[in-house]
Amino acid sequence: MKMTISQKIIAHHSGKDYVEPGEFVFADVDLALANDITGPVAISEFKKAGGSRVFDKDKIALVPDHFAPCKDIKSAELCRALREFAKEQNITNYFEVGRMGIEHALLPEKGLVMPGDLVIGADSHTCTYGALGAFSTGVGSTDLAFAMMTGKCWLKVPESMRFEYVGRPRPYVTGKDLILYTIGDIGVDGALYKSMEFTGEALKYLSMDERFTMTNMAVEAGAKNGIMEPDERAIEYARERGKREFKIFKSDEGASYAEVRTYDVSRINPQVAKPHSPDNVADVYEVAGIAIDQVVIGSCTNGRLEDMRMAAEILKGRRVHPEVRLIVIPATQEVSLRMLKEGITEVFLEAGAVVSTPTCGPCLGGHMGILAKGEKAVATTNRNFVGRMGHPESEVYLSNPAVAAASAVLGRIAHPEEVVKI
Amino acid sequence: MNLKGKAWVFGDNVDTDVIIPARYLNTTRPEELAVHCMEDIDPGFSKKVSKGDIIVAGKNFGCGSSREHAPIAIKGAGVSCVIARSFARIFFRNAINIGLPVLECGEAVESIKAGDEVEVDLERGIIRDLTAGREFAARPYPPFLEEIIRAGGLLEYVRRGGVGRV
Ligand code: SF4
Repeated sequence: MKMTISQKIIAHHSGKDYVEPGEFVFADVDLALANDITGPVAISEFKKAGGSRVFDKDKIALVPDHFAPCKDIKSAELCRALREFAKEQNITNYFEVGRMGIEHALLPEKGLVMPGDLVIGADSHTCTYGALGAFSTGVGSTDLAFAMMTGKCWLKVPESMRFEYVGRPRPYVTGKDLILYTIGDIGVDGALYKSMEFTGEALKYLSMDERFTMTNMAVEAGAKNGIMEPDERAIEYARERGKREFKIFKSDEGASYAEVRTYDVSRINPQVAKPHSPDNVADVYEVAGIAIDQVVIGSCTNGRLEDMRMAAEILKGRRVHPEVRLIVIPATQEVSLRMLKEGITEVFLEAGAVVSTPTCGPCLGGHMGILAKGEKAVATTNRNFVGRMGHPESEVYLSNPAVAAASAVLGRIAHPEEVVKI
Repeated sequence: MNLKGKAWVFGDNVDTDVIIPARYLNTTRPEELAVHCMEDIDPGFSKKVSKGDIIVAGKNFGCGSSREHAPIAIKGAGVSCVIARSFARIFFRNAINIGLPVLECGEAVESIKAGDEVEVDLERGIIRDLTAGREFAARPYPPFLEEIIRAGGLLEYVRRGGVGRV
């Protein structure tokens, strides 16, 4: 029987030759992830259920990134719970402040996720690793407690939807724009319970960083996972960073899909998702001119090195608009260090931006740039729900890093070309 | 088990950020989370809701983050069950895993009005709008989930040796 890449990885991890969409399995996990919000709940469930030792101290990753460096006493207690558990269980992949990063940027960078892996994380954006050809999906804290005990996770085998991207992207059109466009097309529940499989020649123009941005936002369409077949570029990335052997899975010719959609990317403009939903998408031209108070460049969606390079290119020799606050948050320590070495940090500072240590921070309305009532922000993050970045009456527009940087310069939403032309 | 209470009606795509805003996620205590349940979509919800009440919502309920704090807050606020046209997948599994009953039933969602007295027969998957005198059948759970639910949640299921059986 023909299978998609997602079916194959699930079958492989549940000791079966074939799995059918809709079937329930218990699958072995290669990595189980939790953070400072979901980890403590998982740890207390683990203890309540009588857990004493984790199934494998090398296959768990604990990352304090949401409220870390801790914003208040309560979050300090959460981080401590995570830290103490990591110590007690001798967890190999615990990443302390100063060595950490936003989990979904950090794990691939550290070579902890390989093609063909099955990864679960108590964080919805765990779907990010699909860019490497892994099956990865977000779960809750109880699932994670269960995985820490048994090394397994219950899964319903998803149906797949196939997205084919053809053509060559225009200047300033990135992976972020392709995924926003796609979510705008199918809606926030367009891929509910399903796997989003991204294919097509256009993907070869996308760097790994851009591909991670695309799979990252699969959950914004309700998907269980986002995935790409690993090509040379993905394999090279995995080889360079990983320390493990891996197996490449590809969809069978003739595998069945719930739906196939094709997009000609050469016709897509930079996209902006308007408040309060990631599928409320428009061409940047339609919203250009909306005055803003803050710009955030960062997050597990767009806080990687290429994102920073792209934003710095726009900001170089320019100043942030006097009425705008630009907050730049590199996703990991490595990104931070590379920015410093490449002179990117200097560009931001000279432009009048703040550059933070890695953290989720304002992305989820945690800290480091919360919005007041009525304020508007452009952010390179992934969600713009009511109250996501602060006050329930604040507004967030989602964009790629070039649009965000251009908007910071002009004090209003803008196409990067408007700035570069000046 | 029969659940009974007043219906609180919400629309489509109710996300976990409005169910329990991130600003309250610096705690894991159900009582504290319950106080802020639905705060950004219906301020004061936790004060208005009574034990046993039922949330009725449109499609994709619980979309967004994986925070188990969302079903924990709902359960903690005294809500006995959520009926929706559809659920976001992580919310759905979290609810099953922690033992918050969640039922899919488009017909019930269309018909039930805010404030209606609603009764749910979980065993049989029957939803009754007592105010309107109408009855609906929820989509049955797959047998696998039925077992987890019957055990009272995932970890209870494991403790009873459930994993080996799939
Ligand atoms: S950056 Fe935002 S979306 Fe990503 S893990 Fe952190 S809070 Fe979640």
